[in-house]
Amino acid sequence: MSAATSHAPTPPLRGRSVRLRIKRQAAPDAPVRWEDFEVPYRPGMNVIVALLDIAERPVTTQGAPTSGVAYDANCLEEICGSCAMVINGRPRPACSTLIDKVLPDLNQPLVLEPLSKFPVVRDLAVNRERLFNDLKRVKAWIPIDGTYDLGAGPREGQATQEAAYPLSRCISCGNCLEVCPQYNEDTGFVGAAVISQVRLFNLHPTGALNAHERLEALTGPGGIQQCGFAQNCVKVCPKDIPLTDSIAIVGRQVLAHTVGRSVRG
Amino acid sequence: MATHKANIIVVGGGLAGLAATMKIAEKGHHVDLFSVVPVKRSHSVCAQGGINAAKNLKGEGDSTWSHFDDTIFGGDFLANQAPVKRMCEAAPGIIDLLDRMGVQFNRTPEGLLDFRRFGGTLFHRTAFAGATTGQQLLYALDEQVRRHEAEGSVSKHEHWEFLSGVLDGNGACRGICAMDLRSMTVATFPADAVIMATGGIGAIFGKSTNSIACTGSAQSALYQQGACYANGEFIQVHPTAIPGEDKLRLMSESARGEGGRVWVYREGKPWYFLEEWYPKYGNLVPRDVATRAIHKVVFELGLGVEGQDAVYLDVTHLDRHTQDAKLGGILEIYEKFVGDDPRKVPMRVFPAMHYTMGGLWIDTERQATNIPGLFAAGECEYQYHGANRLGANSLVSCIFGGMLAGPAAVEYAHSLPQGAAATPSGVFEAEQKRQIEINDRLFHNLGRENPFVLWKEMGRTMTEHVTVSRDNAKLRGADAKLQELLERYRQVSLADQTRWANQTFFFTRQLFNMLQLARVVTLGALARDESRGAHYKPAFPERDDVNFLKTTKAHFAPDADEPRLSYEPVDTSLITPRARKY
Repeated sequence: MSAATSHAPTPPLRGRSVRLRIKRQAAPDAPVRWEDFEVPYRPGMNVIVALLDIAERPVTTQGAPTSGVAYDANCLEEICGSCAMVINGRPRPACSTLIDKVLPDLNQPLVLEPLSKFPVVRDLAVNRERLFNDLKRVKAWIPIDGTYDLGAGPREGQATQEAAYPLSRCISCGNCLEVCPQYNEDTGFVGAAVISQVRLFNLHPTGALNAHERLEALTGPGGIQQCGFAQNCVKVCPKDIPLTDSIAIVGRQVLAHTVGRSVRG
Repeated sequence: MATHKANIIVVGGGLAGLAATMKIAEKGHHVDLFSVVPVKRSHSVCAQGGINAAKNLKGEGDSTWSHFDDTIFGGDFLANQAPVKRMCEAAPGIIDLLDRMGVQFNRTPEGLLDFRRFGGTLFHRTAFAGATTGQQLLYALDEQVRRHEAEGSVSKHEHWEFLSGVLDGNGACRGICAMDLRSMTVATFPADAVIMATGGIGAIFGKSTNSIACTGSAQSALYQQGACYANGEFIQVHPTAIPGEDKLRLMSESARGEGGRVWVYREGKPWYFLEEWYPKYGNLVPRDVATRAIHKVVFELGLGVEGQDAVYLDVTHLDRHTQDAKLGGILEIYEKFVGDDPRKVPMRVFPAMHYTMGGLWIDTERQATNIPGLFAAGECEYQYHGANRLGANSLVSCIFGGMLAGPAAVEYAHSLPQGAAATPSGVFEAEQKRQIEINDRLFHNLGRENPFVLWKEMGRTMTEHVTVSRDNAKLRGADAKLQELLERYRQVSLADQTRWANQTFFFTRQLFNMLQLARVVTLGALARDESRGAHYKPAFPERDDVNFLKTTKAHFAPDADEPRLSYEPVDTSLITPRARKY
């Protein structure tokens, strides 16, 4: 069979439509190409709906049969962090990006590209393994003794909870890394998301017990000194996490840690 | 082989899978953890409102027995009682553990855990972290598992899809066959035991509150290999979701738990129909009850908001602190996806398929399926919710089930006279070959059917006829439709023929399993001529304990290519069934 025989050519679309221009790449080492699509406009539609339309009828604006666009997605309610991509030049979650908001003028195309700081798997799908590995590097967990019954956890004031909770909402989407000038393979910089997790775990009474290990991990290559204070990260965080505050606070912790270390010899 | 280092496969990295993994790794054994998405992106992340445990920190006299009774009563007496009782007794300890792991639960002024009310209970029994409790719990377990991964006792296989169990000549599960969702390599992996933790089946209904990964494909594959599937007909429709074209987004019960009210205009004035019809529980009646009430208001009384399929869910009267500190996460979802600020205007919501009460049959002690060496935990099994799940019981059942399944799998591994290494390699090669052949057939299909069109037709049929209200003639029609779709599936062709990260291909493979499982749901519903919990048949409006106080068990009959149903008694040894009235 061929895709051409199984999917009839597109009938011309009536009514308003959304034009998409999508950066495609069949595999990590395949050449980059751009394809144009047109899908019917519906009020309130998000970028995922447009991608689903294309999957159902993978034909370009020029009428050429093609394949559905590969992308990462799961929850579709901006909590799993999967569907981050570059939408009209800025990293955003595809699910919560409404066409009405980013494309007030339907004569303009919606341009979709994969996050550029991670290796492309295919089309808009990228490999963000590095982000999870960096969470290992800074020991982003509470080192409990075991899962057996040891009674209640430490008490925590409302104010501490209200400071920590926003930090715990990081969905590891990678938006903050996409816009960070320092985040690349040369620097090995862990980036804002991971630094903010260090702040979170150091805030916790049990996590504070091994704060020095997390801070130590941020002193070496790729550590907090790589931050160039561009402050882009905080502007693109879909969860409004105070990332620049986290960097400033953890920066002071790292400084105190290294000074303490040198004093102790 | 008393206490050798066991190697266990866990499939699924949501709360149940991570809880099992953590328990196994902690005892020094090794886990191969498989997931279609990075485990931190699993569907558990979507749970919003909270987790139930009778900690009785509000001086209300709550007890684990009351939690147990509410759960059994809420499930309309279809759940086996002994395991539910154990779960409710374990719940306070689970909350303590999560608290020790650093979950940012909301606090009282004294620094203790805060609790809110949820549906189907009169107690403040639900611990919560804002309105993103599932996310916080999943992350806590993800972090613990990452620690074990860093120490070498867990190997993650993310972006791998489970295709089938590897069953030896005696029918015991000796490993799995899976496909890399990038290279599309099909490979087998041996293990001493396998734990399934693959979640719900929302995709069978087309649109639901579930994540894309919740296809039920893994459970269905095992059912077709001989695993028994129980109570498939019990599907929870959540009363309040935001309608959407790509998905129906949940609007948590916590909105009502914190005082949100459901209403429509009647004769020009707000009518709080749940409060009028159910004065004791009001807006916090269980989900099946609230869903049917909303359907009645919209479809029978014609009072949907502006003539549409919607009612108001109103939190505008709540104080700003409650809105932000306790409900912020969900109000933000509404604001982002709809564009209106729910702090100022009432939300428009409508019921949506939400939770799979049925699932792989397991025993009452060890989370063991009928296939030796195969265990199950979390939403993919059927044990803890009977005919209707109470809000905030899912997170506790996932963690409890996972914490039970992990050690049970290790114990099974130690009971084996010979480990996985003793299984003849031919067993693995045969299963790998079978799965590669399925892939090749699909690629070489010459047909005109579009998999996405078939899926939409299935979703529409299932949502219309196999959710809130069920009628035998329509159920028969739905099953005929499913058989037609299975027939048309043979004619399915792929627009994308590439053998690298081909998402259309993965979806098309899952679709076959979805169709097979959809028949289990539909035929289970057809056979059950009564109304119980979420299963409602207007022609049989009463619960019928004489004929139907029993668990449905579906077995796949390969000769007929369809499910055969049998039944087993429900354990009602602790609480005598009584009429369910709210």
